[in-house]
Amino acid sequence: MIMSVLIYVELDNGSIKKTSLEAVAYGAKTAEKTGGQAVVLALGKADAGELEKAGLYGATKVLHASDAKLEHENSLAYADALVQAAQQEGSQIIILSKSGLGDAMAARAAAKLKAGVVSGVTALPETDGGFKVTRAIFTGKAFATTEIKSDIKVLVVRKNAIEVDENGLGGGSAAVEAFAPALRDSDFTASVVSVEKADSELSLTEAEIIVSGGRGMKGPEHWQPLLDLAKALGAATGCSKPVSDLDWRPHHEHIGQTGIKVAPNLYIACGISGAIQHLAGVNGSKCIVVINKDPEAPFFKAADYGIVGDVFEILPKLTEAAKSLK
Amino acid sequence: MKILVCITNVPDTTAKISFTDNDTKLNKNGVQFIIGPYDDYALARGVELKEQLGGSLTVLHVGEADAEPQIRKALAIGADDAIRVNADPQDSYFVAAQIAHIARQNGYDLILMGRESIDYNSGVVHGLVGEMLGIPSYSPVMKLDLDGGNATITREIDGGKEVLKAPLPLVLGCQEPIAEWKIPNMRGIMTARTKPLNVVEPVAVDDMTVPQTYKLPAPKGACKMIPASEAETLIRLLQTEAKVL
Repeated sequence: MIMSVLIYVELDNGSIKKTSLEAVAYGAKTAEKTGGQAVVLALGKADAGELEKAGLYGATKVLHASDAKLEHENSLAYADALVQAAQQEGSQIIILSKSGLGDAMAARAAAKLKAGVVSGVTALPETDGGFKVTRAIFTGKAFATTEIKSDIKVLVVRKNAIEVDENGLGGGSAAVEAFAPALRDSDFTASVVSVEKADSELSLTEAEIIVSGGRGMKGPEHWQPLLDLAKALGAATGCSKPVSDLDWRPHHEHIGQTGIKVAPNLYIACGISGAIQHLAGVNGSKCIVVINKDPEAPFFKAADYGIVGDVFEILPKLTEAAKSLK
Repeated sequence: MKILVCITNVPDTTAKISFTDNDTKLNKNGVQFIIGPYDDYALARGVELKEQLGGSLTVLHVGEADAEPQIRKALAIGADDAIRVNADPQDSYFVAAQIAHIARQNGYDLILMGRESIDYNSGVVHGLVGEMLGIPSYSPVMKLDLDGGNATITREIDGGKEVLKAPLPLVLGCQEPIAEWKIPNMRGIMTARTKPLNVVEPVAVDDMTVPQTYKLPAPKGACKMIPASEAETLIRLLQTEAKVL
C-alpha cells in the first residue's frame, strides 16, 4: 500500500474553505518530506470544479462522499468517514484545519486509530530524527515542540501555519473520486432542532481583515463608523469580552482567551485597552493596529501601528482612505 | 443523575508565562493556578443540574498533588466527592484514557469538561473520551438542559449556533454562557474539608506525543505611532509598508 497524507477539508456552500486549502498545502508539503501523496477528503455537498482546486494546493486526489446524511455537519459521522478514508488510503498522517469541527474529528479519529493528536500546529513538521511539530500553547503566549511517537499521527493546523496565496503551490487539478463510507446509526442519535447562521457575515476565523471594538465605542448605537470601515476593507467585525457581556454585540463576535481566537493578516482594534485575555485571542495576527484615546493603553505594546485619539474622528478618515484604495 | 466534571489546573489567565530547565518545564514560580475557566463553567452547570435533578456529582482531575486546593474549591462549589489520578500528564490521549478508565468503572450519565484547557488549548480531550467510551461528544456547548434521558444542547458553530437533542450518556465540552461561575460560600468551604478526595494511580498508556522544548514568541518590534490628525496615512502604510491590504 502506498503511504499517503490525508487532509480533511471543510466546505462552505460547496467550496473548500480557505483555511482548509492551507491545510491541503500543509499536507502536500508534509507528503514531500515523508514520501507519498496528498489525498483530500471532502464530505457533503460540493461542486466538483471547486474540489479539483485542491490540486492547485498540491493534492493528487480528492475523495468526495456526497451521501445526503453527511450534508449536515456531524463530527461523529465525519470522524468515522475520516478513519475509513485513512484506512483505504493507508494514511499515516492525517491533517485537519483548526476549528471546533477540526478538533472534534481529530480527537475521535485519533481514539479510533490509537494515534497521537496535536492541535494548534504552527509550522511544518521536522522529520529528521523523529516526527516533531511546533504548536501554540497558553493561547499563543508560548510555543511547544512536541514529538509524535505513534505510527499514525493526527495534526490540527492553525491558520498561517504555511505561507500560501491564491495560486496555491502551483499544482494541477486533482482527480475527484466518489467515496462511500459505511455510516453507523450510533453517529446519528442526535436530532437537530434548529440551526441559526448569520449567512451574510464573514466568518471571523476565516477573515483576512478584522475590525474590532471595545468599551471605548461607548455603546451599541455608536457601532456604525466601525461597521463602515469594516465594509470598506471587506473585513469581518469582532469585539472584546466586556462588549459581548454587555450585549452590545453578539457573543459569537467575542474575541479573546475565552472567546474566538483569530489570526487575520490585519487586526484593527478600536477602543480596546488590550487586557491580556484579549491579546491572547489576537496574537496570531500578522499586523495589529490599535486606536485608543489613552496613550497608556497596554494594547499599544502589542501593536504594529498605533493612533492615539478619538475613534469617532479617526474611523471616518480611515474609511474614506480605504474607499479610495479601490 | 450521575455527573462527572473533569477539571484542569492551569495558570491564571493573566499569568506571565516563562520556562526553566533549558526550556523544558513551565516556570511555576509566582504563578497563580486556577481551575480552567471553561471547566469552571462546566462545574457550575453540573452543580445546577445536580441541585435541580438530584443525584451525584464527582469532580475528576488528572494531575499532581499541587492541584488539591483547586479540587477542594470544586468540592466547596458543590461537588460531592473528588478523584485525582496521580500523574504529571503531557499528552491529551493520556489524560483522556484516564478519564475513560474512571468513567468505565463508575458509569456516568453526563461527563462535562471545558471546551479546552487554557494551557495546551487542544480542545480534543472530550472527543477522545467520547470515542474511547463509544458515546457521542459535543463541543462547545453554550446551553444544556436535561429532560428525562435526553439533553437539549445549544452549541456554537462557525458564525452561529445549533440546537441538538441527544440521548444520554454524553461527553460535553462547555463554554460560557452555560452557567455563571460559582464562588464557594463559607458553608461550602467547611464541608469541602471532609468530602472524600480519592487519589488513584494512572492506568498505563503508550506514549503518543511527548513535548520536548518550549519557547516564547519573538519580541514584538516597536509600535509605529501615527498622529491622529494624519490618521488617513495609516491606510497607505498598511498597503505599502505592512503589505496587508
